[in-house]
Amino acid sequence: MSESGENERIVVDPITRIEGHLRIEAQMDGNRIKSAYSSGTMVRGIETILKGRDPRDAWAFTQRICGVCTLVHGLASIRAVENALHYKVPKNADLIRNLMNGAQYIHDHVMHFYHLHALDWVDVVSALSADPKATSELAQSISSYPKSSPGYFADMKKKLKGFVESGQLGIFANAYWGHPAYKLPPEANLMAVSHYLEALSWQRDVARLHTIFGGKNPHPNFVVGGVPCAIDLNSDSAINMNRLSMVQDIIQQMKTFVDQVYVPDTLAIAGFYKDWTTRGEGLGNFLTFGDFPSNGMENPSGFMIPPGAILNRDISTIHDVDMNAADEIKEYIAHSWYDYEKGKEAGLHPYDGETNLNYTGPKPPYQHLDVDQSYSWLKSPRWKGHAMEVGPLARVLMLYASGHEQTRELVGMTLNKLDVPVTALFSTLGRTAARTLETKIIADAMQGWYNELMTNLKAGDTKTFNEVLWEPSSWPKSAQGVGFMEAPRGALAHYIVIKDEVIKNYQAVVPSTWNAGPRDDKGQPGAYEAALQDNHTLYDTKQPVEILRTIHSFDPCLACAVHLTDPDGNEIIKVKVQ
Amino acid sequence: MINDSNRDKTLGETLREQGISRRSFLKFCATTASMMALSPAMIPKIAHALENARRPSVIWLSFQECTGCTESLTRAHTTTIESLIFDFISLDYHHTLQAASGHAAEQARETAMEENYGKYLLIVDGSIPMDNPGYSTIAGISNYDMLMDTAKGAAAIVAVGTCAAYGGIPHAKPNPTGAVSVGDLIKDKPIINVPGCPPIPVVITGTLMQFLTFGSLPELDHIGRPKAFYGKSIHDRCYRRPFYDKGLFAETFDDEGAKKGWCLYKLGCKGPTTYNACATTKWNDGTSFPIEAGHPCLGCSEPDFWDGGSFYKALSMPTENITRTVIYTAAGAAAAGVALGAMNRHKKNQAVATHNRTSIDDLKK
Repeated sequence: MSESGENERIVVDPITRIEGHLRIEAQMDGNRIKSAYSSGTMVRGIETILKGRDPRDAWAFTQRICGVCTLVHGLASIRAVENALHYKVPKNADLIRNLMNGAQYIHDHVMHFYHLHALDWVDVVSALSADPKATSELAQSISSYPKSSPGYFADMKKKLKGFVESGQLGIFANAYWGHPAYKLPPEANLMAVSHYLEALSWQRDVARLHTIFGGKNPHPNFVVGGVPCAIDLNSDSAINMNRLSMVQDIIQQMKTFVDQVYVPDTLAIAGFYKDWTTRGEGLGNFLTFGDFPSNGMENPSGFMIPPGAILNRDISTIHDVDMNAADEIKEYIAHSWYDYEKGKEAGLHPYDGETNLNYTGPKPPYQHLDVDQSYSWLKSPRWKGHAMEVGPLARVLMLYASGHEQTRELVGMTLNKLDVPVTALFSTLGRTAARTLETKIIADAMQGWYNELMTNLKAGDTKTFNEVLWEPSSWPKSAQGVGFMEAPRGALAHYIVIKDEVIKNYQAVVPSTWNAGPRDDKGQPGAYEAALQDNHTLYDTKQPVEILRTIHSFDPCLACAVHLTDPDGNEIIKVKVQ
Repeated sequence: MINDSNRDKTLGETLREQGISRRSFLKFCATTASMMALSPAMIPKIAHALENARRPSVIWLSFQECTGCTESLTRAHTTTIESLIFDFISLDYHHTLQAASGHAAEQARETAMEENYGKYLLIVDGSIPMDNPGYSTIAGISNYDMLMDTAKGAAAIVAVGTCAAYGGIPHAKPNPTGAVSVGDLIKDKPIINVPGCPPIPVVITGTLMQFLTFGSLPELDHIGRPKAFYGKSIHDRCYRRPFYDKGLFAETFDDEGAKKGWCLYKLGCKGPTTYNACATTKWNDGTSFPIEAGHPCLGCSEPDFWDGGSFYKALSMPTENITRTVIYTAAGAAAAGVALGAMNRHKKNQAVATHNRTSIDDLKK
């Protein structure tokens, strides 16, 4: 047990192995977390920067909201412009966008699991005492992945040993190795560390799908009205059969790794941490906007992931969500470093998004935030007044609730294998497992989108861009719209107002703002805060690995969550979701 | 526990212990030499330098950034991220990758600074907000204070990405947080700028390897970029250049010209005013680069590229002058090349200032 004083306020800043700058403060009651506070500590102001610019350029700016979710803000942005202009995109463009977004999920989720989250569960130093032969037996008992011989694991162990014995631990320095919360046997640790390295190599190969269609990764290119890459099977300088075959290979490479490494590793590791199915739930409310269109963004019935809201764990009822309704989605700033003209207690729909920077926190360097006042650069979005969780768990629940067969099978298999009840989903471990399951679902769907693209090409349809509304002079004098999607980290919406061919206003409501936001005017905590307040006891308050586990289960992306500044954004904007 | 007894083990010893053969090590050195356009005679020198080194300590600070630069680092096929951080450097502080959080993370930074004072390499991504220290903090410390404190003991600084190098997107008009670059604040340390949004993966690792191998700054251009990677404009190295010279341009994204790989100048390509290696190294293991995938170059390795007018407006620049740039560059007049680069940038800035919207057709009138 901790030797430190009773009822202390512990601080974890920086929370590492995430995107961006996140600080957690936890008020302890002995060794139990009594209340938790989540603070985003960096702001840039990208929406202010967007004003007055060409709406066709917005994707490039918003994409730089985040380089980890490297594609999502680009896609949400072009969808926002297209929605505003009623700009139809060719079928092939939607398929290529689905492939690119799908690739983003798979790449992002695998990297999150191995490079951002795994070290909360996997003890690198313990791997040094693993028996390579026993590790091989373990690996072969859970998967047919070929890199599993005793020699392979002996080499990995030797490499790791040499690294540790160099005395320079680099990225592994000063971590909580040996903490009793680490439960894996040495062999499982060695297997996971080996796959940490394998995944580093795998990810840079599969990222090339973005490069083929978008020219580079990170930050592949997009274009309003379609995709920038022309298709011509008879050209050496367009998407031709050589390029398409590369895409096919990458899809296979993704699927193999997900099926043979990611899914079995998740199940194997989860088996040692079943106590983490009873903590970290938090809100019990879940929200999705829906994505992966089969018949254009204007037809939600064709989305692979359905939109909706689930309240209080009740998956028998999916509530409709109207992104357009003034009384549904609102953002609060009672505990955020912003001011509203109507005062700190008001809640505003993104239509009337209003954001004035006003840092009132302690002067750096500081020890603690004043959590009774404002304490974050994030706002607090709410749906009909409810704090909501977005992300993989929300999507898996929505798919499950809407009767998606593969999801039901995968969830059933997982619960069965771990021998835990369905309530186990509502937890830290449930969130992490949901991410793995949805990766499998998307990896399988990739082949379908690829096949459909090939069918179109076979029928002679190579159209990838609709030029009809490209020239701003062809646009109405004013227009507005919303672009939404399911980003890997959750529901994402961009709102744009166009006037006289330039951006008059731009607002983004982002997954990590839903999840990582501070308390609202009624004192309701955000998803991170609520999850940390759910049954968390720290073995040692000086080594709060328990906090990292639950926070990382959300896959935080703080650059996404904190980017809003909009000094003039108090005009009422009508946004129509079609 | 980890024992400290062999702290002075050299890289060569470590590599051998890890079962990396001499042959594959030399192969790596050869790849590095070729990537840096060095003669094969340099290979043994690289090998010697690498083998006898303790892995140099590297501290990576992330300020107003999007983590795209770190993501890019992990995409490098040569030198790979795992090779870089396990074999060649000791990455002692890096938010996205390091295992330790909170106090333990900060302690790792302080220990690395203390143990390697005067010797560690500082890498920064992201700009620094100067309007209010509360606009960006880590462990309750403002970005400015952390940069100044960490820079003191650094041997050199690498500003990775356009934000750290030139202010980048936070610095774009109207610069709501007063964001500045590393070079705006640090004047007494060698700084290498590795711009790009993000920089090309192998350009990040190539620059690091060159510095670590030879222990001296690479040759830099007038805005601090290594000439090996930023010495030529994308236009000058572009495989679509012959179509530009013939006057064949794509007019839209899937017309005949787009399909045949004609020049993207009319769609707003900033290749002529952008100095970067996209057209030579390409992206993601040589797979493609933006122009090859049909999108005009955004110009992301140039200062203030965000404020250069729409990405889809053709550059406001007479074609004659561009042709002349080529002639000078071909004549090998390096100084003239730089001057012309500056001239092109000046033209671009002028065009931006006046919000010109011109096409080649206008210019040819």
